Amino acid sequence: WLPVVGLEIHAQISSNSKLFSGSQVQFAAPPNSLVSFFDASLPGTLPVLNRRCVEAAVMTGLALNCSINKKSLFDRKHYFYADLPAGYQITQKRVPIAVNGSLSYSLCIDNKMSRMVTKTVRIKQIQLEQDSGKSLHDDTRSQTLVDLNRAGVGLMEVVMEPDMCCGEEAAAAVRELQLILQTLGSSKAIMAEGQLRVDANVSVHHPGEPYGVRTEVKNINSVRFLAKAIDYEIQRQIEELENGGTILNETRAFDSKLGCTISMRDKEGKQDYRFMPEPNLPPLILYDAKSLPANRNHQQVVNIDWIRERLPDLPSVKRAKLVELYGILPEHSFTLLNEDGLAEYFENVIKHTQMKPKKVIGWVLKELLSYLKEHALAVKDSPVSSFLLADLLNLLERKEISSSAAKQVFEELWKGEGKTPLEIVKEKHLELLRDQEELEQICQAVIDRQEDEVMAIKAGNQKVLNKLIGLVQRATRGRSNPVLVKQILEKKL
Amino acid sequence: MSSPPISPSQQSLSLQNNFTCVSAVYKPAHENKEEQVPAAVLEHLERLALVDFRDAEGVQRLREAVRFAERLHEVDTEGVEPMDSVLEDRCLYLREDDVTEGNCTKELLKNAREKIEEYFVAPPGNIPLPKLEERETFEQQS
Repeated sequence: WLPVVGLEIHAQISSNSKLFSGSQVQFAAPPNSLVSFFDASLPGTLPVLNRRCVEAAVMTGLALNCSINKKSLFDRKHYFYADLPAGYQITQKRVPIAVNGSLSYSLCIDNKMSRMVTKTVRIKQIQLEQDSGKSLHDDTRSQTLVDLNRAGVGLMEVVMEPDMCCGEEAAAAVRELQLILQTLGSSKAIMAEGQLRVDANVSVHHPGEPYGVRTEVKNINSVRFLAKAIDYEIQRQIEELENGGTILNETRAFDSKLGCTISMRDKEGKQDYRFMPEPNLPPLILYDAKSLPANRNHQQVVNIDWIRERLPDLPSVKRAKLVELYGILPEHSFTLLNEDGLAEYFENVIKHTQMKPKKVIGWVLKELLSYLKEHALAVKDSPVSSFLLADLLNLLERKEISSSAAKQVFEELWKGEGKTPLEIVKEKHLELLRDQEELEQICQAVIDRQEDEVMAIKAGNQKVLNKLIGLVQRATRGRSNPVLVKQILEKKL
Repeated sequence: MSSPPISPSQQSLSLQNNFTCVSAVYKPAHENKEEQVPAAVLEHLERLALVDFRDAEGVQRLREAVRFAERLHEVDTEGVEPMDSVLEDRCLYLREDDVTEGNCTKELLKNAREKIEEYFVAPPGNIPLPKLEERETFEQQS
C-alpha cells in the first residue's frame, strides 16, 4: 500500500489590523470588540487591502521558492455559516499571489538523530484570504455563540502537493514551515493559538494503480497530533479496503482523546461554492526593480525585489552557518533552531568562553536543555544565563574543576540564588586537588582496598582500571582529575 | 493617483459611458416553450442562494432571467480577453497597517435579535432546508 498525504495549511498573518479592514488583530479580547462594520458585513461597507498582508504573502512566497504572480485576482467563495456574516469569503482562487514553490525539510531515519535525510514537498500555491469568525457550540441550549473578532483576519493558505507519504513527513514539513514563517515574521504560526491550522488529505493505493479516494482530516491542534491523525487515517483506510469496503470522499475530524478520525458527513451533499470574481477589488499588481512605475507614491507600490533583498536568513541557511562556523554536527543545528532562543544562547556562550564550540554544544544540548525540559521552561526563562554558563565552562577549561564537579556547580546554579560559579566552587570545596602527594595517597588507599580488582588488572583486564578511577573520584568527592588519576594508578600497578 | 474603492452606483455610470446601449425593451430572439427549469435544479438553486421561488410567477421570472442572460452567447468573443469588472484597470489602493476601527460592540449588537454576553446567538450549525417534497411549493400549486 502506498499512502499519499497532501496538506492545506492556513497561517494567520502577523499584522496589526485585518486583511480588508482597520480593526485590530489580537488573540484574546472581549467578544465582538475587534470588529468593524465591514467585518460584520453591514451594508455599504467595502474591502480595503492591507499592504502589510501583501508583503507578508510575498515574503512567504519568496522563502518557499515560489513564482510571485505580478498580477493576482480576488474571488468570492460562497457558503452559509453563522461565523461568515457576508455569506462569502474573499479569497484568491483563479490567480493567487504565489505559485509553484518548494519546501525542504529533514527527517531522522529510524528515530536516530544522527541519520538525517532531506526531503522536498512541492508548494502548489499561496493565496491571501479572510479568516472567519469563531463559533462556540452550546449543544445543551441548542445554539451557537458567534464572536467575529477573528472574522476578516488575513490568512495565507499554503497548498502543498501530495508528495508526502506518512505522518512523520507531514509533521516535519509543517515544523519547518513553522520555523520559516516565524523567522520571516509573516506569521507567529503557533498552532495552539490557531495561528497555524493544518488540514490533511489522505488516500492509499497500490503501486502502479491510480490514486485512491481521499478524505480530508480536520481539527488537528498540534504537530504531534498531525502525525497521529494521518497515521491513524492511513491505517483506517487500509483496513477498510482490505475488508472489501470503500473509502468515501468525505471530511473527518480528528479526536485527540480517542486518537481516531470521525466522519463529519455533511447532510447537504457536495458544496458548490459558486466562485465569482470579487467585483469590489481590482487586480493586485506587484512590481519589481525593472517594472517600478515612475511617478507613483511608493507607499502604494509593493516591490518584490526590495522584499527579496531584505529576507532574513532562513532556518536552513542558519543551520548551515552554525555547522560551518562552529564545527557542530547537522543534527545539533536542528536542535539549536528548534528551541526558541537556544541558538542565540549557544552563540553567546561561545563568545564568552575559551572552551571549543564542539565541547560547549554538549553542555548546551545535554545539561541546559534537559534541565529546561524537566522544568518546562523556555530558554529565555533559564535561571542559568549564557554568561553564567560561560563562566562555569571557563573554570572547567582552565582545569580548576573536574567535569563531574562542573555538573554539581550547574545544578547549584540552576537554583538561581545569584551565586557565581566561582563562589559555588569555593563554598562546596569542589576545586581540583592540586596536591600530587594527597592524590597519590588516596590512590594507594584505593589500591590497597580493592585487592580483587588489582589482581584483575595485573592479569591484563584494563577495563577494571576505570572502576578504580571511579572509586578515587568518589573518595575525593569529584575533585580529582581523572586523567591524572589514571596516570598515577597505572604507574603504581 | 490612487483613490479609495468606488461604489457600485458609480460603476454603472462608467458602464453607460463606455459601451453602446442595448435596447431598453427586451425582445426574445426566439420563443421556446420547452425551456423548463428542472425541479432538481430549482431546489439546488434555492439551497445555494437561500432564495425562495415561492410560486409560478417566481419561477417564470427565473426563466426569463435565464433567457435574457443567454443572449450573451450571441456575441462573438473569439480572441477577446474576458473582463471581470470595469475596475480592472484601476489601481488597487493599499492601506497602511494601522488600527483605525473596531471597539463598537454595543452598536453591532444592536442589530442582533438575540445576544448573550456580547456574543451573537445563532442556531446550532446549519439547519438543512426541508426536501422539495416536504414543502408547499409552486410546483404543487401550479
